[in-house]
Amino acid sequence: MADTPERPLVLVDRISKHFGEGETRVDALREVSLAVYPGQVVALLGPSGSGKTTLLNVIGCILDPSSGSMELDGEKVLEDGHWLRPNHRQLRLDKIGFIFQFHNLIPFLDATDNVALVLQLAGADAMAARTRALELLDYLEVGHRRNAMPAKLSGGEAQRVAIARALANKPRIILADEPTAALDSKRAGIVMDLLRKVAVEQNAAIIAVTHDEKIFDRFDRIFSLRDGRLELEGAGAN
Amino acid sequence: MNLAYRDIRHGLGRFLLTCAGLGLLLGVVLAMIGIYRGLVVDALTIARAPAVDLWVVEANTRGPFAEASRIPGDIREAVARIADVTAAGSITYQTVETEHGGDKLRLYVIGYELTRPGGPPQIAEGRQIARNHYEMVADKSSGLTLGDRIRLGRHVFTVVGLTRDQVNSGGDPAVYITLPDAQKLQFDLAPPAARVQLARGTGGSSRDTVNAVVARLHANASPDAVAETVHRWKHLSAITQEAQELILTRSLVDRARRQIGLFTSLLLVVSAVIIALIVYTMTMEKLKQIATLKLIGAPDRTIIGMIVQQALALGFIGFTIGATLIFNIKDYFPRRVVLEPDNVMVLGLIVFAVCLLSSGLGVRAALRVDPATALGG
Repeated sequence: MADTPERPLVLVDRISKHFGEGETRVDALREVSLAVYPGQVVALLGPSGSGKTTLLNVIGCILDPSSGSMELDGEKVLEDGHWLRPNHRQLRLDKIGFIFQFHNLIPFLDATDNVALVLQLAGADAMAARTRALELLDYLEVGHRRNAMPAKLSGGEAQRVAIARALANKPRIILADEPTAALDSKRAGIVMDLLRKVAVEQNAAIIAVTHDEKIFDRFDRIFSLRDGRLELEGAGAN
Repeated sequence: MNLAYRDIRHGLGRFLLTCAGLGLLLGVVLAMIGIYRGLVVDALTIARAPAVDLWVVEANTRGPFAEASRIPGDIREAVARIADVTAAGSITYQTVETEHGGDKLRLYVIGYELTRPGGPPQIAEGRQIARNHYEMVADKSSGLTLGDRIRLGRHVFTVVGLTRDQVNSGGDPAVYITLPDAQKLQFDLAPPAARVQLARGTGGSSRDTVNAVVARLHANASPDAVAETVHRWKHLSAITQEAQELILTRSLVDRARRQIGLFTSLLLVVSAVIIALIVYTMTMEKLKQIATLKLIGAPDRTIIGMIVQQALALGFIGFTIGATLIFNIKDYFPRRVVLEPDNVMVLGLIVFAVCLLSSGLGVRAALRVDPATALGG
C-alpha cells in the first residue's frame, strides 16, 4: 500500500539537542523540523560541526535529543524529548536501515552472511535469511560476489552489500552517512541510482548526509544545516 | 549464526597461535602442579615401600628420614615379640655416589633383611634378591639394567631386579641390597682406618647397627598403643606410619613444597592476567564491529555471547594444548611429575572461571561502546 504524501515516514518536530551547560553549552540542533515522505531521497548538507550527524543520530534513535517529538513510519517514538519505546535497538531493527561511509561490513562474515545476520537478528531462521540475502544481493547486482569476504570486495561492491544489509528487514527508513564518500564518481552515481531505485520500488524514505556535490542531482530535496538550524537548500533534479 | 565461531574461523591462524601460547603457559602451570605433587609422592614413596605400620628409631629422634637414627640390629627381635606385631625387620638407608658407564650416579641404598619387611614393594623386571651378598634390585630411573655390575664401597653388585618409581625425597633412585651388605657399606671402615682402630684396641665393636626397625601389626591393632609400648623402653622411639608420612611432608619437603606451591600460585595469577589481557584485546579490536552490530539492532546477548564464547574457546583449546603437551613430555622430566585427574580437573575449572571473569572485562568494554561510533570515519 502506497503512503500518501500527507503521511511522512520521518516526521521530526522541533527537535533540539545541546551538549554541556552554561558557558560550555553547544546547541547542535535548534528546533529542527523535517518531514520525509515515501519514495523520497533527501540530502543533509552542512559544514563540519553543523549538526548533520547529530540529526542523523537522533533520527536513528542513537542519540537522546534535549526536546522535540518524532514519528517514524507512522509510529510516535519520541514525545517532548522522551522516548516512547525503551528498546531502541529493536526499534532500529524494525524500522531503520543504516548505510555507512566505509560500508562497515562485519569482516569475518561473507557478503551473504553480512546480509543474513540482520534477518536472523530479527528472528528469521537461517535458511530463510540466506534465501532473502541472496535475493537482495542479486537485486543489487552483487550476487556473483555472495561468498566473498568484505576484504575481497571492491569499494562499490562492498557498498552495495552494505545497502543490501540495510534493506534486509524491509525498513521504510534508510539513513546513510556519506554513502559515496569512499567511491569514485562513477561508482558514487551507481550507488545513488540504487538508492533511488530502492526508495521508489520499496516506498522507502532515504536521508543521506553528504558533501559529495557530484551526486546532488540524485536527491529530491536538499537540506542544509547551519549552526544547528535546518534550511531547505533546494530540490534536486528529481 | 554463531559470530564467535565465524570470527575465530576468519582469523584461525592467529587464534590458534594465541591458544598455543596460552597452552604453553598453562602447560607450565600443569608441570609445576605435577612437580609439586611429585615431590610429595617421592617423599612418601620410600616410607610407604615397606608397607609397615610402625617405625622404631633411636630415642628422641624423628628418623630415619628427617633425622639420623642408629639402633642395634637385634632390637628387631624385641619388637617382633611385642603383642600385635606380626613381622619386624631391620633396615638401613644411605645415599652413595658411584660411577656407572663413566657417569656419576647417586643412589639411595636401602638395606633390608631378605625374609622380613623392608624390601622392594614390587619387581617390575627380573627377580628379588636371592643371595645374601652382592645382589641388588635397582630402580629403573637409575638407568641401570638387569645384569649390570656396579661398585658400591669395596664390593661389586649385580643388578638382578628392577623396580619402578622408587626414589627418595631428593629424587635419587633407590637400590635395595641385603642388610649385611648395607651394614658393611655403611659402617665398615676402610682397611687402613680399621688397622688403626684395631691398634687402638677399639676395632672389635659390633657392626650390627641399623637405622630403624619396621614392624607390621595385626589388622585390628592400634599403632599408637604399640608405639606407646616401645616408648616405655626409654632408649627407643616409635613412629606410626601416619606420623612418619606427616614428618616427611611437613618437615622434610615442606620448604620445597611451599616454594613450588607459591610459584604455582604466581603462575596461575600470571595466566589469569594474560588470559584477561588477550580477551580484552580481542574485544577492543572489534569495537567498531560491535558498534555496527549494536547499530543494526543486535541485542546485548548476541554481543556478550560472542565475547564469552571466544574467551571459553581460547581457554579450552589452550588448556587442551597445555595438558596434551605435559602428558606427553612429563616422563622426560628429571624429577617425577605426577598429574592426577583431579589436579587436571581443578586447573581446568580454574581456567574456565578465569576465562569467564576475563571475558567480563571485554563484555564491559563492549557494552559501553556507543553505536554512534559506527557512523563516520
